[in-house]
Amino acid sequence: MTQPIKFYQTGTFTVGNRLLPEDLRTVQSSEARDNSLNSGHRACQGCGEALGARYVVDAAMRATGGQLIAANATGCLEVFSTPYPETSWQLPWLHSLFGNAAAVGSGIAAALKVKAQKAGQAQSTIRVIAQGGDGGTTDIGFGCLSGMFERNDDVLYICYDNEGYMNTGVQRSSATPPAARTATTQPLGPEPGAEFGKGKNVPLIAVAHEIPYVATATVADLHDLEAKVEKAMSMHGARYLQVFVPCPLGWGAASCDTIRLARLARETGLFPVFEAENGEITAVTKIRRPVPVDDYLRLQKRFAHLFGPKGHPETIARIQAMADKNIKRFGLMAEEGAA
Amino acid sequence: MIKQTEGSQAVAEAVALCRPEVICAYPISPQTHIVEGLGALVKGGELAPCEFLNVESEFAAMSVAIGSSATGARTYTATASQGLLFMVEAVYNASGLGLPIVMTVANRAIGAPINIWNDHSDSMSQRDCGWIQLFAESNQEALDLHIQAFKLAEEMSMPVMVCMDGFILTHAYEQVDMPDQAQVDAFLPPYEPRQVLDPAEPVSIGAMVGPEAFMEVRYLAHAKQTMALDRIPEIAAEFHEVFGRDAGGLVRGYRIEDAETIVVALGSVVGTLEETIDTMRAEGVKIGVLSIRCFRPFPMAAVRAALARCARVVVLEKSFAVGLGGIVSTDVRLAMVRIHVRGYTVVAGLGGRPITQDSLLRVLRLAVADELKNLTFLDLDWDIVNNHLAREAASRRTGPIAENLLRDIGASAPTRKARP
Repeated sequence: MTQPIKFYQTGTFTVGNRLLPEDLRTVQSSEARDNSLNSGHRACQGCGEALGARYVVDAAMRATGGQLIAANATGCLEVFSTPYPETSWQLPWLHSLFGNAAAVGSGIAAALKVKAQKAGQAQSTIRVIAQGGDGGTTDIGFGCLSGMFERNDDVLYICYDNEGYMNTGVQRSSATPPAARTATTQPLGPEPGAEFGKGKNVPLIAVAHEIPYVATATVADLHDLEAKVEKAMSMHGARYLQVFVPCPLGWGAASCDTIRLARLARETGLFPVFEAENGEITAVTKIRRPVPVDDYLRLQKRFAHLFGPKGHPETIARIQAMADKNIKRFGLMAEEGAA
Repeated sequence: MIKQTEGSQAVAEAVALCRPEVICAYPISPQTHIVEGLGALVKGGELAPCEFLNVESEFAAMSVAIGSSATGARTYTATASQGLLFMVEAVYNASGLGLPIVMTVANRAIGAPINIWNDHSDSMSQRDCGWIQLFAESNQEALDLHIQAFKLAEEMSMPVMVCMDGFILTHAYEQVDMPDQAQVDAFLPPYEPRQVLDPAEPVSIGAMVGPEAFMEVRYLAHAKQTMALDRIPEIAAEFHEVFGRDAGGLVRGYRIEDAETIVVALGSVVGTLEETIDTMRAEGVKIGVLSIRCFRPFPMAAVRAALARCARVVVLEKSFAVGLGGIVSTDVRLAMVRIHVRGYTVVAGLGGRPITQDSLLRVLRLAVADELKNLTFLDLDWDIVNNHLAREAASRRTGPIAENLLRDIGASAPTRKARP
């Protein structure tokens, strides 16, 4: 089932540093990785979600010795990975609906628990992940997600956050940032793009459920992402991981800028990378040198209306203020001279 | 064991005897007592191992059921009314994926206006969703149908809805014969899934299917329901062998052999109809009742055979297609194509309106005399209907309908008369 890994897939900076000792190398750098989301799928060039999903599921597969089942929400990830009669998934995988991946995950976990009890085991050796995009997570699937959290069901839920409904043609979700152009937040009127003061922070809402583990990560930092998946899989109960995955199509960005954008989102402070356990934030990824939000916004056509002669510098200033607030709120600035 | 118990408790105990592995519960009247009863059995350790999940909505209840059934666990849930509608997307998904979930629907009206009492609007709204739908006439049959439902669902890889009248059955204390575990174990083998999420043999379930195969997937669901038409009577016969009583099957006739008039109905009202028919038979009227016990798949041939020799058919149904008339009637008419039978539809008991023998006798005597309208609403209060129509004709801002009618009833209740 496993494909041989070609050299170009493993020899880059983004998929693992070959200069590291073997035990510190990423899962992606290993030819023995599961390649859970096999090549041949229909994702766009430079798709952050496809990359993120392979990173996460491969890491979860390694952490569980391949004893893993996935529930998947409707969305790009589902559509591009399973066009009938083909599938890219190398693990047992179930797609039910757009808004119920978390509940389907709960059901799988419940069934596995009973099966384990019948086999005389304390708990199942088979583990469960549920995954979806931000629309399937922060909007339509939010009720099921919150239910799975409060019951502390033994599921790791992964949200691949590309800040909008990309599969349906780039509409606004509650994860779409202010000022961003989408098909339903047009760059028109006095406040072009998505409005300020709307949207929700699901990682913090997850923290408020006081579940065992919540983390954010980006596709730009593979070591960090894999470590968080591994940590999540070492724990039981409800866990939540939100991975920032740029969307070249929806954001109007170059395919080659996916990793760069994900890194800039963290380095500007717009996407705080942190971990929380049982309701307390336990770690943040520090920013060594804060990057002005301009550098991040300019690479994306969804923010093009903010720049140029008819631009909106005051809006850029508001976005910068959001980044500054995150840096302060999460304590993202590295101490001078610290590593 | 013969015992006197509430319908919901009887169903809970029967479901427990089927050894479900995952149960999802979300409260909605009138099914709450069933999942409460099961919850107590799980919590007390009598039903083990079994996972009982208190979920946050009916949509989640069916979604959890989808996950657990796809992982090879025998899975049960119960709902009613608004709850069934809230889970509809997942209801279709469960049948589309071919997952043998068993669900009780404690039949209740659908709002607005909000109404907790019994009719069949909820189940009927889901008649095309790909689930098998069985209707219980009594608490004994409700209990028995659940045991049959797991066997049927798992053999066919199809979900089954067991429909029982809310309150009329769920909250009624009746004598039932509760089977013992050994009998149920002898009748119902452990669940052997056709498809299962298993890391040892990974499969993708729920792939996107385009025009090239979607029709065929849908047709296979129909083909399977057609096969279930053969299997349902066989399972009823196997049930009779083990438990020694009749339950289930496709249809059941009462005094229809020589009947010139046959009343077709579903659920608990069949009992009332049988007594009404006894009264009319004593008066020399050749009348009988046909109970449809399996509404999906619709037993076209069995209904047609039962109605072939009568002169008129009265479909008495607790459901109503606004803008058309009867729902059950439409299907029954299909079974009557090219047989020369007069057909009447009587919509009755919506929102818990009592269906009394007196009212039944009145409409059935009219039917026998062929003086009944094609579509009749049993005991509809024309005064308040006409009153409101006049109000709407007279002014624009008439306000909310239901509240107006309640006010009218309050004012005119002492003089109100029921009419056929």
